[in-house]
Amino acid sequence: MSFAKTLETEKPIRRVIQTVAEKLIESLCFLCAAVSVLTTFGVVAILCYEVAGFFTKVSFSEFFLSTEWTPLFYHKSFGIWPLVCGTLLISFIAMCVALPLGLLVAVYLSEFAHPKTRKVVKPILEILAGIPTIVYGYFALLFVTPVLQSIIPTLEGFNALAPGMVMGIMILPMVASLSEDALYVVPRSLREGSYAMGATKLQVVFSVVFPAAIGGITASCILALSRAVGETMIVAIAAGQQPALHFNPLKAIEAMTAYIVQVSLGDTPHGTIEYQTIFAVGAVLFVMTLVLNMVSLRIRERYQRMFG
Amino acid sequence: MKPHLAKKHAEKIFLGLALTALILTILFLFTLLWDVISDGFPKISGGFLSGYPSRKPSEAGILPALAGSAYLMALTAIIAVPIGLFAAVYLEEYANKSYLSRILELNIANLAGVPSIIYGLLGLQLFVRFADLGRSVAAGALTLSLLILPVIIIASREALRQVPKGFREASLALGATKWQTVWNQVIPNALPGVMTGCILALSRAIGETAPLICLGALTYVAFVPDSVFSAFTALPIQAFNWVSRPQAAFHENAAGAILVLLVLLVMLNSFAVFIRMKFQKQYTQG
Repeated sequence: MSFAKTLETEKPIRRVIQTVAEKLIESLCFLCAAVSVLTTFGVVAILCYEVAGFFTKVSFSEFFLSTEWTPLFYHKSFGIWPLVCGTLLISFIAMCVALPLGLLVAVYLSEFAHPKTRKVVKPILEILAGIPTIVYGYFALLFVTPVLQSIIPTLEGFNALAPGMVMGIMILPMVASLSEDALYVVPRSLREGSYAMGATKLQVVFSVVFPAAIGGITASCILALSRAVGETMIVAIAAGQQPALHFNPLKAIEAMTAYIVQVSLGDTPHGTIEYQTIFAVGAVLFVMTLVLNMVSLRIRERYQRMFG
Repeated sequence: MKPHLAKKHAEKIFLGLALTALILTILFLFTLLWDVISDGFPKISGGFLSGYPSRKPSEAGILPALAGSAYLMALTAIIAVPIGLFAAVYLEEYANKSYLSRILELNIANLAGVPSIIYGLLGLQLFVRFADLGRSVAAGALTLSLLILPVIIIASREALRQVPKGFREASLALGATKWQTVWNQVIPNALPGVMTGCILALSRAIGETAPLICLGALTYVAFVPDSVFSAFTALPIQAFNWVSRPQAAFHENAAGAILVLLVLLVMLNSFAVFIRMKFQKQYTQG
């Protein structure tokens, strides 16, 4: 009797406290999730703010039409193309390494490899993906470049080729494992149908499975390209600091990310044009990677809908 | 008979190519590890681990960098893990599949693909200048926290999703509130998975160089940071400093620092694997 009474008297207050606490906790969790949106907002706001300051001093036409990038010299010129060219050249070399190797590894692991081989190879790819980029930079400058120089004597000490190749291996695990996932989810019935028509294994793989998975594979390659464009330490260490508009992989070149590092290393006061240039370059970089990521995400979503 | 033979050969050629690709990749990894170990191992000594940076490469050590990295890691974990976990709880347990949660999800997926150097620019403006934290451990840890938050959220959501629905229903049926269910049933069961994800995210943060350089983390720091507001250097930054000098002796120092960094990473990852294995055992038991 008394037990029931205490329950009755305590209930309303308790319930109110509990409901309020529950609501509070839910809002707290929501706030934590909102941090991510705030981060995006912060990035966009800060880039816009500094870029606006940049464009009060430098004209649009100079930024997009001039072919020289010399903000740190006495005669300043602010043409973004040499830096974009450096980034694209190195990324292109990286993709030339990562695409063929990564796709071969993906097809092999998904369609041909013994489960035991997969069990050994998968962790090795994970290790490659987990190595800090500074280590790749060290390797590109002090091992790959000297080795390449003994083959190609005209190769400069800083060049696009070595960092490009090393970056290719760095993004290979991404191409391989995401493409393998895409191949893996192709329904068994498609393969069996093809076998029933008398196709060989290779025919099944390349005329049925690979085309069926092409969406997921494309998405993984675009994501890898975005990673290459945004990669910093390898290019900052091994590619050099000479912004130049050329497509010669044997010569030194400066990528966008490497320029940001170069300026950050010196003590550039806030508000100067040099300080603003790193945000202008950062904005171009941000837009490039954002577009690549969005395209990749879109393709993957459409692809996932196809096979559920 | 002939076309059949050609087909057989085609398969052999393809397999040969694929195996070559695989072997090249593995060979690359081992060459890289061998190169770093053979360059760096002779440098590793008590003096190197407990010494301070110096103009003379033979006397230089990595104590400030090691301490800086440890400080950064601890602070980043304290900031990023709770926020990431609660964000994941919101997305998995509370959010209905509304327009809002769709935006949050898309946003997190996009953030995961933003280059780390952009986070450095954000940290430079937001924490170093706007919040006036200066080029301090706190600014570095906050920047790294934002950087690894998407990774932690994605991993934590995965772990929360693994908890069987029955656990939640049983708890709710016994009269527990939503939060009591989440706190007493869902999170404890998801914890091993969450921890694995967090350790892997932290091991990404410990190797990050670009955002810290962007913040202006000093490359020459001859002291161990004594508070969260003091200037700092970190292992990858120290390695970058040494590798960008022309003298070969400094390159050996860089290899030494990189080797220490790799050993730390191996330790972190083994810890993650250990937790993952224990977690699997728990599941088979019940």
